[in-house]
Amino acid sequence: MATVVVNVALKPEILDPQGRAVSGALGRLGLTGITDVRQGKQFVLTLDGEVDSAKQTEIEKIAETLLSNPVIEDFTIEIYP
Amino acid sequence: MTSRVGVVTFPGSLDDKDAARAIRIAGGLAVPLWHADADLHSVDAIVLPGGFSYGDYLRCGAIAKFAPVMEKLVDAANGGMPILGICNGFQILTESHLLPGALTRNDHLHFICRDQKLRIENNTSAWTGDFEIGQEILIPLKNGEGGYVADEKTLDELEAEGRVIARYLDLNPNGSRRDIAGITNARGNVVGIMPHPEHAVEKLTGPTTDGLGFFTSLLKSLVNDGAISV
Repeated sequence: MATVVVNVALKPEILDPQGRAVSGALGRLGLTGITDVRQGKQFVLTLDGEVDSAKQTEIEKIAETLLSNPVIEDFTIEIYP
Repeated sequence: MTSRVGVVTFPGSLDDKDAARAIRIAGGLAVPLWHADADLHSVDAIVLPGGFSYGDYLRCGAIAKFAPVMEKLVDAANGGMPILGICNGFQILTESHLLPGALTRNDHLHFICRDQKLRIENNTSAWTGDFEIGQEILIPLKNGEGGYVADEKTLDELEAEGRVIARYLDLNPNGSRRDIAGITNARGNVVGIMPHPEHAVEKLTGPTTDGLGFFTSLLKSLVNDGAISV
């Protein structure tokens, strides 16, 4: 059994109003020194069997077509065998 | 023969009945289409209505694009069938890559519901032929994720090719780039618009009847293109 984590975040040039709202809340908590907050999503996929290269290609396709919208988002994939 | 205009219902669609009513008032025959039914039932055009398909889970319109009906719709759209996506329908069209760009969370984070003034900027698409360029219309707007974004190159292309259908007037309600409220594809058959023309087709329930123009435009374009013989 393997675990694959897909992290999805808005591209840097896309405005992130949710991250901005969180950033505003940090200020109200009296926290300083945090200059920016970007909010993303994390998907944790559990797979039966190992992640071979064919499986990895499949996961990249899923990340690109379903889990993220490449027009506005970037993704990274972490594999935990 | 009356034009057959399909209206797709997804789980979570809200405005399918209003869209069907707008089609009927304009003089067309509204044909209900079901998300799980991979059959377009011989329709001549399709409306993707507003709402929250699949609860807007993941991203607005992201799960709807994998519905069985959508595969047929994408083929039909690429073959020239007129498609209008309103609000959530617009989001589905961008997620399906039938239209460029994406719709993102309103820049002020609030859901907004108001009567919105627009300026029509294209009257050559299948859905806007009955309008004058520069015509101002007032139709309802209601969305939480209506901010239109695309890269600068895409925005420049849309402008240069006259593919901006309508722009927000007086105020930009959601942070859309260049005040864009609606766009069309290069061929002019696929149109997406964030405000709701189908809610402005009767004096009793709408602020105006300005929205009816989208549906009468469609019916005329179907006759002119020979899809419907009269």
